[in-house]
Amino acid sequence: MELNVTNGNQEPRSMLNRAAPGVITARSEQLIAMARKSSLWPMTFGLACCAIEMMGTYMAHHDLDRFGIVTWPSPRQSDVMIVAGTVVKKMAEPIKILYEQMPEPKWVIAMGSCATNGGPYYKSYSVVMGVDHIIPVDVYVPGCPPRPEALIDGILKLQEKIMQDARERGRKA
Amino acid sequence: MAERHRQEETPQAPVALDDRGHALELLLPEVLAEFQPEVGAVVDLVVAIVKPQDVPAICKLAKEDPRLSFDYLMCLCVVDYVEHLQVVYHLYSTTMKHMMVLKANVSPEKPSLPSVTSMWAGADWYERESHDLFGVAFEGHPNMAPLLLYEGFEGYPGRRDYEMPEYREW
Amino acid sequence: MSTEGQLDTIQMMVNMGPQHPSTHGVFRMVLWVDGERVVDLEPHIGYLHRGSEKLCEGELYAQIVTLFDRLDYISNLNNEMLFCRAVEKLMGLEVPERAEYIRVILCELNRVASHLLFFGTFGIDAGAMTPIMYAFRDREKIQTMFEAVTGARMMHNFIRIGGVKSDVPEDFGQRMRVLLREIRQGIDETDRLLSFSEIFLARTKGIGVIDAETAITYGMSGPVLRACGVPMDVRKDEPYSVYDRFDFGIPIGEKGDSWDRYYIRVEEMRQSMRIIEQALEQIPDGPTITPTRLVLRPPQGEVYVRGENPRGEIGVYLVSNGADRPYRVKVRPPSFCNLMALKELLKDTYVADAVVILGSLDIVLGEVDR
Repeated sequence: MELNVTNGNQEPRSMLNRAAPGVITARSEQLIAMARKSSLWPMTFGLACCAIEMMGTYMAHHDLDRFGIVTWPSPRQSDVMIVAGTVVKKMAEPIKILYEQMPEPKWVIAMGSCATNGGPYYKSYSVVMGVDHIIPVDVYVPGCPPRPEALIDGILKLQEKIMQDARERGRKA
Repeated sequence: MAERHRQEETPQAPVALDDRGHALELLLPEVLAEFQPEVGAVVDLVVAIVKPQDVPAICKLAKEDPRLSFDYLMCLCVVDYVEHLQVVYHLYSTTMKHMMVLKANVSPEKPSLPSVTSMWAGADWYERESHDLFGVAFEGHPNMAPLLLYEGFEGYPGRRDYEMPEYREW
Repeated sequence: MSTEGQLDTIQMMVNMGPQHPSTHGVFRMVLWVDGERVVDLEPHIGYLHRGSEKLCEGELYAQIVTLFDRLDYISNLNNEMLFCRAVEKLMGLEVPERAEYIRVILCELNRVASHLLFFGTFGIDAGAMTPIMYAFRDREKIQTMFEAVTGARMMHNFIRIGGVKSDVPEDFGQRMRVLLREIRQGIDETDRLLSFSEIFLARTKGIGVIDAETAITYGMSGPVLRACGVPMDVRKDEPYSVYDRFDFGIPIGEKGDSWDRYYIRVEEMRQSMRIIEQALEQIPDGPTITPTRLVLRPPQGEVYVRGENPRGEIGVYLVSNGADRPYRVKVRPPSFCNLMALKELLKDTYVADAVVILGSLDIVLGEVDR
């Protein structure tokens, strides 16, 4: 048995690797999570000003398509809901209905300070102070409006979260 | 929101009417003589204060009289001065390019005045919004459903005595 | 049940709910359709009513500029300028010349950016997926320029009461000339791509016609009214700021259909760039703001100020009772009035045309609902 003293990737000493070299094994949750994070399909759900920065992020300059993100109009076939804009009490009911229409596994990104905690409208009589009063949120992206780079950072954090949940045999199976 | 101004020392903005404004200021009492408006000027606009029930007749006259021809309703809003609610109409003429302000005072308990949607179709949503936010009823309006607030909202948020909420969670 | 080969049909209610793929915001249209024809329409708004007007009564005058930024969230600088002009008129404040020129340059650049966004989203409504990419490429360049001058891509809070917040950078003139050249090329490219394409013409010519008289009773303004042949533009009727020193034209349409409304905006972009070029030549040196107190107490009175937004004519009615916060602020939004006539515009059209007509009105729900 040779002693491998290199500090790089060591050859796994499993039986599978001795029998069939070049084959990587992983747990199925990790593979499925890798597939899910690489092709997140958000529902087009721009409410207010943050929607314009979100549109700018989808377009050619800050390209979200390279992360596998394709914006999709129907909630029934999307994974992520990016709540971009102020949530008003009149709109709370439709947001709940849309969230329930999305199939599992689903994630929510609260973009902007209005969706996080009410934002500049924190004294208003008709604004819900943050969308997390209605639906559970995974990632909060602060800013008014957040720069496209900030939104991309938020999406990358969501991708990390998906992998992390799978590593811990997470709840979002 | 404490108003710390001293009543007797509040300066007034100076009145500065241009030529069209002066001509309008002289013309209005003549054309609307039967309604006895109080005609004045604030900063650079001519203001006429009338009785609420006369509003449709005055608007019809303002629209059809060739010297005035106010065919464009710029804005319709309500201001809450605590003893009364004031409905303010900004009228503009696309042909003669002058603007005037028409005001009518209603009581805050049961505010109501006739609608002007038959004169300008564009008054429709303004009146619905004023009803939502201030509670002013417009008689003769085709469809007085809530416009901006959700069904079942209690209170009139536009009024001065509506409590502005402190950061309240839900 | 069929009698003599005829089927009985009933009208169907189609709800184009607050979430729908056209990027116009949270607007809900309930259509009653008979086959493919629209019979009746009920618009519902209020899904973005944030209570801005009431919030203004609790803020200092200098703080309200940020609330006005978020009303029509695509043309921020135009809204800021409107509010600052209203307070300056009430107080009788003189704004330095250099500040006026900077304001005009930024507002016209914002107009170009807003029309580029309209251009992209209208292309999507009509089914063309490429123009939005081209439009946003040029919009990014403009937003980079805004960031260099004001510090933010959107929500600039740059035009303050008495002038502008700070001076423009040293190489502003040179960078602007390069930018204008690039944007001109971009607009010509996109114009060649979309405006006279046969499919686009078939989708927009003769669709959603409205005549001048009906438009005036509804209080419409901006490119929508100018498409009907009425030459109403606040910059020419009642020139404010330094607009009377520039030589520019206002495009007027003939038929009042969707294509006219679209092409007027393309031409307006070119006219805006003419204004910017003339302003860059004429801009004088000098201070950029008249110093005022932070806590302003304007005299008692009321003003109504009109401005020309990319969407139409916006107005603000400001009532002051001498305190440090306004007594009442009422905004007259252009999209609110343009949207009222939607029922009139959608009479007897196809459902597919309903999307194109709504797109050609170019509404922004932030100012409709406030």
